[in-house]
Amino acid sequence: MDINDLRGLSTAFLMFAFIGLCFWAYSKKRKKSFDEAANLPFADEEMNQRTLQEEEKND
Amino acid sequence: MSELNTALEHPTYNYKVVRQFAVMTVVWGIVGMMVGVLIAAQLAWPALNFDQPWLHFGRLRPLHTNAVIFAFGGSALFATSYYIVQRTCQVRLISDRLAAFTFWGWQLVIVAAAITLPMGITTSKEYAELEWPIDILITIVWVVYAVVFFGTIVKRKTSHIYVANWFLGAYILAVALLHIINSMEIPVDMTKSYSVYAGTVDAMVQWWYGHNAVGFFLTAGFLGMMYYFVPKQADRPVYSYRLSIVHFWALVAVYIWAGPHHLHYTALPDWAQSLGMVMSIILLAPSWGGMINGMMTLSGAWDKLRTDPILRFLVVSLSFYGMSTFEGPMMAIRTVNALSHYTDWTIGHVHSGALGWVAMISIGSIYHLIPILFAKPRMYSVSLINTHFWMATIGTVLYIVSMWVNGILQGLMWRAYNQDGTLTYSFVEAVAASYPGYVVRFIGGAIFFSGMLVMAYNVYMTSRRDVEPKAIPATANAA
Repeated sequence: MDINDLRGLSTAFLMFAFIGLCFWAYSKKRKKSFDEAANLPFADEEMNQRTLQEEEKND
Repeated sequence: MSELNTALEHPTYNYKVVRQFAVMTVVWGIVGMMVGVLIAAQLAWPALNFDQPWLHFGRLRPLHTNAVIFAFGGSALFATSYYIVQRTCQVRLISDRLAAFTFWGWQLVIVAAAITLPMGITTSKEYAELEWPIDILITIVWVVYAVVFFGTIVKRKTSHIYVANWFLGAYILAVALLHIINSMEIPVDMTKSYSVYAGTVDAMVQWWYGHNAVGFFLTAGFLGMMYYFVPKQADRPVYSYRLSIVHFWALVAVYIWAGPHHLHYTALPDWAQSLGMVMSIILLAPSWGGMINGMMTLSGAWDKLRTDPILRFLVVSLSFYGMSTFEGPMMAIRTVNALSHYTDWTIGHVHSGALGWVAMISIGSIYHLIPILFAKPRMYSVSLINTHFWMATIGTVLYIVSMWVNGILQGLMWRAYNQDGTLTYSFVEAVAASYPGYVVRFIGGAIFFSGMLVMAYNVYMTSRRDVEPKAIPATANAA
């Protein structure tokens, strides 16, 4: 066993990590939480409005 | 005390620092692009340096690149990252004071660059020309930036960290790493230092830095922008959140290896050149994953492109992103590089990314932000946004087409041999043949720059309290 085995192993490790990531990301179980996350840009209008009102008051 | 309680029970966002950076994005965009137009004109008409050393191309070119990348692009990234991290974490920035420090610190860096570069004070490392005292200032500002950004993520009110923040976080971390490692230098006096690296290692470290400045500053950061502002402006969530996760990890894992393609046919060992080439080709996949994810967000809402010039900016920026991330891997192939390297093709490639992708996505995002930050229903004039959109698109196309033509022409002329082995053309013949391309490039750049002036007027009118936005004319819908 020399450094080249380590190099080969690290490539294999990265490949499995990537395949694992794909399975994790596309698993049915995670769909709901990802849908929630995808809607985060639309979930904070209230705080945006409050910020603008506060700024109006302070001026 | 009661005020404190109100603030705790009814938290608000820090829009002040976002507003400051957003306005400075426009200001530095104008300054940086103006210098760009001047040096483009100098290449066509060299007398325009007026025999002044501080107006020399060699000194103004780094001023242009620093101003557009770090002043214009940097301000856009600061503005949008502070905005996105607050809104998607539903919490105020962790510290208003530290955020203000990053604003004034970053402006100081820019002013220091604008003074020292024309004076000829430079490390001579491309995109890292600033001398060591400024490097230290950048490091301090950047560490505080990281504290503000990640501190805000830590105290978030949401369980999930939205994907835009992943890209912005990767950009902040990677740029810190790149800047510190590439700027390792030994000062000899206040204005001069020497790199600790030597020879081929110095070149490799430099282009590991240089290409990842493209990968993390100019790509990951602006993809963070894309993942927030495209869904927001299209009013629908991103096409595939799952793809965004795969896209993120693939992009950050592969980009870091692509640097050696800047050093084809040099003293860099062949295996390292081949590694850089292969990784650059693989990079096409995650790049296009991101582009497709952004584009497909509009599926079912393509009609919005007809009426919304801001969305048009964002989507066309993605097409340029797709185009330049196809061109890049192709140019990284050694045999193609043999033709393209050291020619204007490279400059054209950089600008299809810089004008088409980075500038257009920033401009679109700033047009989205400005009315919100100044509490207006929309920009002062929507039809002027449309005008700006066409100026930016036409300017970019003229720029990159003229540089493609010039680049291929130069590459072919330089490699042409006579039967007896002598060169067919002298170098200056290739320069003379490039003249028409330089004039067209100047015209394209000038049109793009003028578009920024239109933007500045529109932003100024939107910021004025006594001016109401114009009604959207019926013709704008048809345009």
